[in-house]
Amino acid sequence: MNISISIEDGVPIYRQIANQIRYMVASGLLQSGEEISPVRTLALQLKVTPNTVMRAYRELESAGILRKRQGAGTYVSEVNSPIANWERNRIIEQRINDLLAEGHQLNFSSEELLAVFKRRQSAIAEAKSSKKLKTGT
Amino acid sequence: MTENLVEVEGLSRSFGEKLALDNLNFEAKPGHVYGLVGTNGAGKTTLIKHLLGLYRSNSGSVRIFGLDPAKKPALVLGRIGYLSEDRELPDWMSIEELMRFSQAYHPNWDNAYANELLDTFNLDVSKKIKDLSKGMRAQAGLIAAVAHRPDLLILDEPSSGLDVVVREDILNTIIRTVSDDGRTVIFSSHLLEEVERMSDYITIIHAGRKQLEGSVEELRESFRHSSIKFSEQLDMAPILSDTLSVEGHGRFWQTIHSGSVEKLSESVRRLNGEVLDSRNATLQEIFLAGVNRDRSKLEAA
Repeated sequence: MNISISIEDGVPIYRQIANQIRYMVASGLLQSGEEISPVRTLALQLKVTPNTVMRAYRELESAGILRKRQGAGTYVSEVNSPIANWERNRIIEQRINDLLAEGHQLNFSSEELLAVFKRRQSAIAEAKSSKKLKTGT
Repeated sequence: MTENLVEVEGLSRSFGEKLALDNLNFEAKPGHVYGLVGTNGAGKTTLIKHLLGLYRSNSGSVRIFGLDPAKKPALVLGRIGYLSEDRELPDWMSIEELMRFSQAYHPNWDNAYANELLDTFNLDVSKKIKDLSKGMRAQAGLIAAVAHRPDLLILDEPSSGLDVVVREDILNTIIRTVSDDGRTVIFSSHLLEEVERMSDYITIIHAGRKQLEGSVEELRESFRHSSIKFSEQLDMAPILSDTLSVEGHGRFWQTIHSGSVEKLSESVRRLNGEVLDSRNATLQEIFLAGVNRDRSKLEAA
């Protein structure tokens, strides 16, 4: 699994792992029923104590996102489309909260923020279409 | 309740006039990784040598597997794997002889595991220990320490002076010891990022005393790094509640503090300032703030 952790980040390592797996499930990168890396494999990959990975998996199990099969690894829960949906909302809400807080710090009004949002949206759309034109397909 | 594998109570030890350990307590439960952190000469190695029964305590007690290692060295050492800071190994032996020698001492020696590690580390077993590079020496010492699958693995500064490749070998071996066998690891290091990633519990030792201890999350969550802005320039560091350190200049200051942001904000407001930003402190910030505070106390005395 493509997980990266940062020590500088104030977020505990187990939560960084759990958050990234949540994200992968919500975005469909990890599919329901799919087996995820064993604790040992992920611990070796990230160079963290296995107990940290175990803790992240336990947290996701109790949230219903992962399911452990006795002696046969850990899997993404099969019935998780509502969870995935809920997670999608939760993730984007968190990002918007951060954006609003930062906007407030920089003295942006809601109207100004919305205007910037739309301006960026069309700029990105434009950049994408001109790229398509350039590659000429 | 799980029984403690290691129990150190009120351990004190001096060498001549110098007090190396001062009333130190330390515990380790099975299946976890314990990181010991401290500056050079803080007492980490002295503590480890007590765990191994190489030193006898002046006062206090040391129990490993419920036994006193200084009194029952054979029973205790048979279940411990140890890699010393200076990697003391018999120089005249070849790696192959070192393996056979270690095997003779440990009935549980796992030859397949030893061979697998020799292979992974790409070590030439016919080479003499005295001809090994620093990294190879650490690798050979590590195999001798873990191949009998000890209940307790003690590594004193395992990464010190090694390149990233060998450091990775060492970290991988620690992870495997815990995840394959559920065994306990105690390691000391001054590489704080490594300690933070690899430890379940951290003990910070400073000048022979335990300065802080807790799980990595506990430590990080109990200290915050906050940035403060004052309305006017300050000529000297402001006095705020529960701070470990305050640094800065003019209107802008940073502090490592225990207690909540709210509480800090309160004491900052009284000095006409505001908290700009606050996050959990890193282990390195906590460690440095603690050491520097002690240093300035000494200077003041």
